[in-house]
Amino acid sequence: MSMFNIFDISGSALSAQSQRMNVTASNLANADSVAGPNGAYRAKQVVFEAQGQDAQGLGGVRVTQVFEDQAPLRLEYRPDHPLADANGYVSLPNVEPVHEMVNMIAASRSYQANVEVMNTSKQMMLKTLTLGDA
Amino acid sequence: MLDKLDNHLRFQQDALNLRAERQQVLASNIANADTPNYLARDFDFSAELARVIDNGRPGDRVMRLSTTSARHLNATQQTSGVSELLYRVPDQPTLDGNTVDMDRERAQFTDNAVRYQASVSFLKSSLQKLKTAMQSE
Repeated sequence: MSMFNIFDISGSALSAQSQRMNVTASNLANADSVAGPNGAYRAKQVVFEAQGQDAQGLGGVRVTQVFEDQAPLRLEYRPDHPLADANGYVSLPNVEPVHEMVNMIAASRSYQANVEVMNTSKQMMLKTLTLGDA
Repeated sequence: MLDKLDNHLRFQQDALNLRAERQQVLASNIANADTPNYLARDFDFSAELARVIDNGRPGDRVMRLSTTSARHLNATQQTSGVSELLYRVPDQPTLDGNTVDMDRERAQFTDNAVRYQASVSFLKSSLQKLKTAMQSE
């Protein structure tokens, strides 16, 4: 049991949250991408899972998968569009910008909280190192 | 003589160990603030400290592999100092089953950090006193 574990725990949260941020960035960037390998872009979301590291189940967090949102694609009537179907509808991504913005803010707040945890722990460890100077 | 020195510092040392342990528990809660179905953990500091003082240090409870030959490796595993890790009761339950309340966790984390530093200061001043007593003026 050393305090270095805290760096692993918070570090895993930092990478998980930044991956979530990455996914959000990808979703927002592709909010209007109608063409892709499988048709229009589908919004992606991450799945977090607690990482049981020790006997007590304490540990960090990791991203187990990135899944595609199966919500129906938005249809827009644009008969002159090259990708329009027989009825003149174009499938647009199912990205919800409001949802993505909320996700982005939540991820950045969580990231900040974990950075703070690391900073505080670092200060505590440095303080402990000064024990010998007594 | 050395035993006396050890006993003199033991209380603060145990307190410091438990504070470090609690810091880790709280860090784990904060890291999993967005994990569905994660249950926030914590422990009763004063109860654990009382237990450690009564029953010996956490480090004393070391698990060993049972060996039947002298040539077996004697791997040991340090068990955690905390014997009873509890679950937090959420004030505002969430839909995803996560019971981490970020405000509460951060408040506790800061509180724990300050108390840890206080313990370090107490330990430091104990050492200072011992040093002063040992010095030949």
